[in-house]
Amino acid sequence: MLVYATVMLLIAFGLYTVIFKKNLIKIVIGINLIECGVNLFLISLGYIEGGYSPIYTLAPSDLWRNMVLPTPQALTLTSIVIGLATTALMLSLVVMIYKNYKTINSGELGRIMSG
Amino acid sequence: MVDLLSVVWTNAISLIIVIPLMGAFLTGLISKLNKKLVFPLALLSLLASFSFTVILASQVYSTGVVARALESNDPSKLTVISPSGNVIPIRIILVADSMSILMTLMASIVSVLAVIYSRDFVKKKVTQFYPLFLIMISGMYGVVLTGDLFNLFVFIEILSISTTGLIVTFDRKRAPDSAFKFIVISSISALMILFGIGILYGQYDALNIAFLAKVVRWSFLDKIAFAILLVALLMKAGAVPIHMWVPDAYGDTPAPVTAFLGATSLASLYVLFRVCFTLFGFVVNTLTVGWILIIIGLLSMFVGVTVALVQNDLKRFIAFQSISQVGFMLIAVGVGLAVSNTPQFFSYGFRALVGGVFHLLNHLIYDGLLFLTAGAIFYTSGTTDLRKVRGLGHKMPFVALFFLVGAFAISGIPPLNGFASKILIYESVYAFNPIISAIAILVSILTLAGFLRAFYSAFLGPNPTKKPKKISKLMFLSMLILTILVILVGLFPHFVVDVLVKPAVMVLINPQFYVEVFSNV
Repeated sequence: MLVYATVMLLIAFGLYTVIFKKNLIKIVIGINLIECGVNLFLISLGYIEGGYSPIYTLAPSDLWRNMVLPTPQALTLTSIVIGLATTALMLSLVVMIYKNYKTINSGELGRIMSG
Repeated sequence: MVDLLSVVWTNAISLIIVIPLMGAFLTGLISKLNKKLVFPLALLSLLASFSFTVILASQVYSTGVVARALESNDPSKLTVISPSGNVIPIRIILVADSMSILMTLMASIVSVLAVIYSRDFVKKKVTQFYPLFLIMISGMYGVVLTGDLFNLFVFIEILSISTTGLIVTFDRKRAPDSAFKFIVISSISALMILFGIGILYGQYDALNIAFLAKVVRWSFLDKIAFAILLVALLMKAGAVPIHMWVPDAYGDTPAPVTAFLGATSLASLYVLFRVCFTLFGFVVNTLTVGWILIIIGLLSMFVGVTVALVQNDLKRFIAFQSISQVGFMLIAVGVGLAVSNTPQFFSYGFRALVGGVFHLLNHLIYDGLLFLTAGAIFYTSGTTDLRKVRGLGHKMPFVALFFLVGAFAISGIPPLNGFASKILIYESVYAFNPIISAIAILVSILTLAGFLRAFYSAFLGPNPTKKPKKISKLMFLSMLILTILVILVGLFPHFVVDVLVKPAVMVLINPQFYVEVFSNV
């Protein structure tokens, strides 16, 4: 229950940051927060009370009925890697914007782009 | 030799996705050695994908749904029986039914023509352009051919990341801002799609679309997952409350990329149809969801065309018109969905769905044509601002003709293809609710008004003072092929509707065809 509340808080903070903050770096951090929330949600889906990690080598004898589900772990790893690539791309775009316009405030950028 | 042919025949569906990916990395390597070989390699890989698509299309239209598991094709290994006796699917499968193969065919045609166009458009940044372009195309094929939800998420992310890279290849001043907006919106919608997929996985312990379609119920958590998926996919398609990224992203990219960006927005519409009609096909509340789609479609149509009237940049103008055409598709599919459980379905609901899917097909063709002609204007005069270009029709009469054909097609003037799909939409939506149809006809008239103004500004008028560059033969060839397609589909719509569109709609309204995939593999 605590896990789901944390997920909701992370996603809510992330969305608030993306929508209401004007600094581009803060928007990137907000997207990272949403991503942390979604990854936490995915990995918490596989938890089984009192389960062992799903590794067969040197396993305890009652592993067969007590494994934590391994599929959400694979999904979360994939999602973390995709998040890494997206964050790197967004930050390099922010660097390009700063080199061109010397500002990373989205309000000022809007004025420059339209006027 | 016969062995190779049979391998290709059975594995066509995976080869369609893999060949552009391999071509992307080979292109990146070869561009460091010899820049002249890059374009032939890219064109060859896309032509190979196109031929495999035709092979796959012949298989799908003769035998029904085609599915391949990605690692082994032994049917006994596709599912496991858990200790409690449940059957759980365990492999990632690629599924092609009539709707997927329709999208794949159109994507392959548009991709081949865009890459032919791009040879002379892209001469300096070959190392950056072709690998990203081929990865984007492979991502699009993956989105429409996959049968597994998490695989769908991965391919959607591949598509959006490579598209962002392409937006900034040429224009280093304005494009990073548009690319930033695009990647933020794409990231948020992809993460929301992942959240919805996580909810469905947590409930049913399966990621396979065919399996989930059988077991999903309309409980509270399922409704939440459906709502999240619906909103996230409408965000990616550019429907109205979240349409701000479309004119920026479409306006600042090079022209062949924009022609394909339209295809990617329609890919997210394809995923929306897959979620509404197949994944939740047995349990969805058709009247509510249909009306939601109709209202969002109405907003998109109206806002798109009215804001387009005040645009000064040609590509942003065409992008807004593109938003309004997406509204047309949403209205038609919404009407078809809203009546799909009532007896009126057989009088006008089926025709509404046929109109919507046919409009999607036509939109890919004429939108590609319009963006390629806008690119030709940019190539010759260095700008697409309608206040600055004048009188290009004197020097480029054929490009003016292509633009005029595209403008008439998007406004729905007979005998072009826009008219064929729009008349289906008008008739069926009128039988549902006449006011919606009246608004649709008004939007078409405003579309025509906007395009006539754009045509007058860009092509008519006194002779330009500076001598414009001539466009190359390959650019001319790709625009010519698209124009011929527009006219042919307009003159013989019955052929296209009976062969391509009606099987696609039959698969959409009968989710049991898709669900039987497990007995077919």
